[in-house]
Amino acid sequence: MAALWPVPLLISQSLWACLALTLPDGYPEPHNGPPTAGFNYSHVDPSVDLPRALRVFSLDYHHVQAPFEIVLWIMLASLAKLGFHWSGRVPAIVPESCVLIMVGLLVGGVIYGVRHSAPPTLSADAFFLFLLPPIVLDAGYFLPGRLFFENLGTILWYAVLGTLWNVLGIGLSLYGVCLLAPSSLGDISLLHCLLFGSLIAAVDPVAVLSVFQEMHVNEQLHILVFGESLLNDAVTVVLYKLFESFLRLPSVTGLDVLVGGCRVVVVGLGGLFVGLFFGLVAALTSRFTFRAQVIAPLFVFLYSYLSYLTSEMLHFSGIVAIVTCAVTMKQYVEANVSERSNTSIQYFLKMWSSVSETLIFIFLGVSTIQDIHMWSWPFVCSTLLLCLVWRATGVLLLTAVVNKLRRNAVTFRDQFIIAYGGLRGAICFSLVFLIDDFPKKRLFITTTIVVILFTVFVQGMTIKPLVELLDVKRKKRALPTVSEEIHSRLLDHLLSGIEDVVGYWGQHYWKDRFEQFNKKYLRRFLIGEHHQTHSSILRVYQEVERREQQGVEETPPVVDAHSSSRPLLPEEMDSIRRILSRNLQNFNNKQMPAYSRHTLHQDLTTDKTRKPLHRHQSLTERCTYHTITYCPQRADGEFSKSCRGRARLSRSHTVCSASPRWSERPDSLVPAALNHTQPSYPGPAEEEQDSPQRRTQIERATKKQLSFILENEKPL
Amino acid sequence: MGSSSSSLNNVPDGQQLMQETGFSAAHLLRLYERFKFLDKDNRGHLRSEDFEAVPELSENPIGDRIVGAFFLPGQETVDFSSFVRVLAHFRPTEKNRTRAGAQPDPANSRNRKLKFAFRLYDQDRDGKISRIELLQVLREMLGMQVTEEQLQSIADRAIQEADLDKDDAISFDEFRKSLEKVNIDHKMSIRFLE
Repeated sequence: MAALWPVPLLISQSLWACLALTLPDGYPEPHNGPPTAGFNYSHVDPSVDLPRALRVFSLDYHHVQAPFEIVLWIMLASLAKLGFHWSGRVPAIVPESCVLIMVGLLVGGVIYGVRHSAPPTLSADAFFLFLLPPIVLDAGYFLPGRLFFENLGTILWYAVLGTLWNVLGIGLSLYGVCLLAPSSLGDISLLHCLLFGSLIAAVDPVAVLSVFQEMHVNEQLHILVFGESLLNDAVTVVLYKLFESFLRLPSVTGLDVLVGGCRVVVVGLGGLFVGLFFGLVAALTSRFTFRAQVIAPLFVFLYSYLSYLTSEMLHFSGIVAIVTCAVTMKQYVEANVSERSNTSIQYFLKMWSSVSETLIFIFLGVSTIQDIHMWSWPFVCSTLLLCLVWRATGVLLLTAVVNKLRRNAVTFRDQFIIAYGGLRGAICFSLVFLIDDFPKKRLFITTTIVVILFTVFVQGMTIKPLVELLDVKRKKRALPTVSEEIHSRLLDHLLSGIEDVVGYWGQHYWKDRFEQFNKKYLRRFLIGEHHQTHSSILRVYQEVERREQQGVEETPPVVDAHSSSRPLLPEEMDSIRRILSRNLQNFNNKQMPAYSRHTLHQDLTTDKTRKPLHRHQSLTERCTYHTITYCPQRADGEFSKSCRGRARLSRSHTVCSASPRWSERPDSLVPAALNHTQPSYPGPAEEEQDSPQRRTQIERATKKQLSFILENEKPL
Repeated sequence: MGSSSSSLNNVPDGQQLMQETGFSAAHLLRLYERFKFLDKDNRGHLRSEDFEAVPELSENPIGDRIVGAFFLPGQETVDFSSFVRVLAHFRPTEKNRTRAGAQPDPANSRNRKLKFAFRLYDQDRDGKISRIELLQVLREMLGMQVTEEQLQSIADRAIQEADLDKDDAISFDEFRKSLEKVNIDHKMSIRFLE
């Protein structure tokens, strides 16, 4: 397999060589101007020489130049990604982001070598407007909601205070370094250093995601690092813009600093509200899409992107907006749209974010090959060092404080991973290009590139061995059993009750309040009536049943190739838990008449689900039969054998409250449960062949009360 | 935060309770304040009506079980020591520190917490969660959402998963085993009771 790896790369290299030779100067940005003079026969200029004869074959590149080049870039990115996954042992050692950057370096080198001028660079606009939103949207949509909100305090603590600490620390220390080397660095002012600090301190969600995805750490750690990288965007953007505007002001007063502080809050909250607004509108829209289901996914993307653009327009934090939008609309959209639309949404999200991320890393590599580097050993090395040092101390200090307030303390090993996993990425890169020009801008660019490359390569490659070395608690990937779910919910209720007794407003209080508000108002408003009971406790149960029948312990992930995609299992678990919690909290609440209207007798059975129907019914039947006719002395060898064979099914001998209507059919006594997980009992299986048919006749004739919701969650 | 022992003297059996449960004086005082607040008629003990006066508790699906857990079998009232002893189960488990004179099996150990939860299911105290008891709890928690047959199936499933000795009931050991992956300390601790 390792031999196949160079092939896609060779293909892409040859593609690029052709492109490099034919490229005119300038980057084929998506918003490039219209192609220059096309030799179309439709507008023939009389002053131009007409071709003497008709041509059989002609090449008109300029006509298709812009989209052609974009497609070639994306093709290159995707082929590189493919090659990476085919390349044997490489994925185990080198994270994907590193390989992509290396490919980008190669391509950039080729272009430079061929054209002797700088290759196209990643324009900041293209990055912020086109490449970043899909990644953040994907991250927000698949955010584990419960975990995120449970840890929200800690995440905000790290994001806001940690970033502030890093920015000020790095900025001030760098200024100190500049003062120490006045010969080469003397013209860098304090504000410049602070500006640089603000853009270099930010941890980048793209890089973090790509590296952490490949190592499975426990969920809490993952959400802490990831949530922090998402939310620190608000702080970073504000500080960056603040220092930039300070640089343009003639002088900076204390009032300006205060205003700057307020702006952080405004930016964050503004993004939040924009996201909430668009999320709710999207949820409402999705309520009406059942008549045009094909375009339902489109609304998800449109509204999210709109929220991002709107908040960028208002100078709020676009990342916070889009994440909030995704988190808000997710539960309602999932309830409203069909299964296929849900699958489409998820697939497209993964696909776009995958392409985006790959492109970003490749461009990072390409853009490294520049003419405009300026090197300064003290500056670069001290920046690297300071980044590490300040991040480490920041994490240590903050954790020491926050551990006193948390239930699950962040252990020292977790802290190390948080500190070491603070990767920088393309956001810094784009921000540094946006700085107003000043003499040392090139130095800043070079340093930023070095820091990014260092963090992605060195830290990215070594974090996995270090994690293994430190034995971070691995995320457990087993599906919680039904009994675990039930007991966990009981404990949740118990704790909530005890907290009420003690008079303590724990985290459960707010969660319960929100859930009640959610049920009473939001869900009724935002979810179409016929979908109100879409989520049912049976989903948990039947999800587990279905998986057993498939004989697999975990469902295969929906997408697997993308490095920043998670296998859907944790997401499914989260949705199952959510469903269970949602239902287990809906106690006999007489104030909600809507729920009495929506019973569970929706007729959504399909052929696939008939088998579990048999099984459930036969379970209840057996219980009835056991009470009525079960007789241990029954000499029926098959019966007792089948009883043993069904060790895992219900063996209830107690009085079931199942309806006595089957008491009139004592002849269909044979327990006919189809035991899919134990196919090694052929004896009982033979008996079952005719009784299911009889049974279905009975069942269909009798009450609908037996119909369960038998939708499959993911019809894969 | 009156943590002086003088105000602790107002608390009946204060010192002994501190020793037994591991609560600090400040917490004990706070719990005593709460006890007196719940005890509206100033009787010195709580009855079930006092518990039911807590509004959120009446909305809790297993509220009556929780209330019942405070009362010792056969008792109609809860005095302060019983109150505190029950709440002692919800102290966070301390990991490495051992207090001088700590009980060998303190109330907030994982085992004791699980036993407390077990007793919520096992109302007849026979040491096993029978199918009926499980069904009752499920019914309380799921309410009108689920039909009877579905409840049966879920209870079957739960017992099937947990029941290792095939007696169609869940004993305490099986209960504990089925929860071995769950962080009980997290789920059954009130942080501020540390």
